[in-house]
Amino acid sequence: MSWSDKEPMISVRNVHKSFGDFEVLKGVSFDVMKGEVICIIGPSGSGKSTLIRCINALNDINEGSILVEGLEVNDPKLNKLELRKKVGMVFQQYNLFPHKTALENVMMAPIRVLKEDKKEVETRARALIKKVRLEGKENAYPGELSGGQQQRVAIARSLAMKPDVMLFDEVTAALDPETVGEVLVTIKELAEEGMTCILVTHEMGFAREVADQVYFTDQGLIVEHGPPATFFENAKDPRTRQFLSQIL
Amino acid sequence: MTQRSRSHDAPPKKTDMAVMLPVKRKAHDPFRLKLTPWHGVFLALVCIFTTSYGYATTAPEVDSIRTVMLRWMPLLLEGFLFNILISILSMAVGTAVGTMLGLAQISLMPPIRHSSWFVTQFFRNAPWLVLLFFAMYLLPFEFTIAGVTIPFPDWIKAIIGLSLPVMANVSEIVRGAVLSLPSGQWEAAESLAYTRRQTLWLIILPQCVKRMLPPWMNLYSILTMATVLASIVGVSEVMTLAGRVLAAEDGRTDLLAPLYSFVLFLFFVYCYPIARWTVYLESKFAVKG
Repeated sequence: MSWSDKEPMISVRNVHKSFGDFEVLKGVSFDVMKGEVICIIGPSGSGKSTLIRCINALNDINEGSILVEGLEVNDPKLNKLELRKKVGMVFQQYNLFPHKTALENVMMAPIRVLKEDKKEVETRARALIKKVRLEGKENAYPGELSGGQQQRVAIARSLAMKPDVMLFDEVTAALDPETVGEVLVTIKELAEEGMTCILVTHEMGFAREVADQVYFTDQGLIVEHGPPATFFENAKDPRTRQFLSQIL
Repeated sequence: MTQRSRSHDAPPKKTDMAVMLPVKRKAHDPFRLKLTPWHGVFLALVCIFTTSYGYATTAPEVDSIRTVMLRWMPLLLEGFLFNILISILSMAVGTAVGTMLGLAQISLMPPIRHSSWFVTQFFRNAPWLVLLFFAMYLLPFEFTIAGVTIPFPDWIKAIIGLSLPVMANVSEIVRGAVLSLPSGQWEAAESLAYTRRQTLWLIILPQCVKRMLPPWMNLYSILTMATVLASIVGVSEVMTLAGRVLAAEDGRTDLLAPLYSFVLFLFFVYCYPIARWTVYLESKFAVKG
């Protein structure tokens, strides 16, 4: 993989994706540089989630190209495991493994997938749990944690794999308004540390605060994008304006 | 826009309105038999009635029913233990093969998936007795391997015959349990770069055991009761022995009721606690999910 961090870490080109007759993505292109934080916003059904699920090959694409550090995702011979070691993902429904404790959830993949030393992994896992402010909850099962706490364990679990880029798929959408903040703080710290992040979100205030670039999608296309200041103040496209006026 | 449903596992909030508080579920009773002394009285009455009915019609010179029953009880119990042995071994074989078959049913390779589906459906929809006959009459009564003749007794053939339907049912239990898990579990594992095999063994199956246990125990109960089918093909289990006892006592008709009541009683005493335990586990797992 002849990728250098001068080039985009993720390069999405003319991606088309259909579920049956329904075309969800109709030719989407964008680039993400190392260390950038990208927020994708847009109405429901505009293809935001599908788009980021395509980046780690949870959905395959019908046409186009997605390069992740030089790995072509739209390649039938793609080694999906290699791709997924580079790309971490956090889901709306947390998807923690309910039969494992918080600590075990974080430790399992590095030990089983990366075959790392158990002691080293444990040290790292405990540090990550501390980082997401869940010290003392190491031995709690997911069922004993609140939604926000579970989501933070999910973030720690993903970080334990030392990914180069993190995907967040509407990670606060299923949370109580009060607990949204604690998850956003964790993500913000991550962004400030230089982690490359792609977020699908409905938290406009948050997007404005952390994003380097904001993308607005509607009906399977990127309608408009720009740095948050210009995007939120001077949106040019009428669809973006209408959407923002409804949300803000 | 976004669904912002209140998370079901959020900590309860303080409120003045009692209806707003989460419903307190009654703590589950530990495993407990629900039979009361009244049921015992009923069972005792049935036994006394059948026995005394038989006694009233007995000529004075033959042994009383109680004497006869006491005489044969150890033998019948031994026969019943044989039934339990057959049930345990059939269950073990059926579960081992059935689990593999169930996993084959969710294989990503169509030929494996389709053929295991067919095998499962075939044995699940066949009468148990017919399968037993098949095993009995199609399997040889002995094997010769490298000049050594190994006998292949009827009771082992019965175990194989009974394990076939068990296998098919376990296969469906496994498939159903795996498919009942939310797809998010698979996706989370995929995104963490687990292989499909790792996902299955480390993440999916451990969660399935809980879901599979009640139907599996239910199946075991049914299997135990079906072991008496082996009497039709001549295995010396409790029903065969009951028939022989009857013959040994010159076919006294007054023995029919007490003898078969006793056999029923044995099965009930063994299967009822299993049924209760199944119900208990079902209710316990239903809440935790």
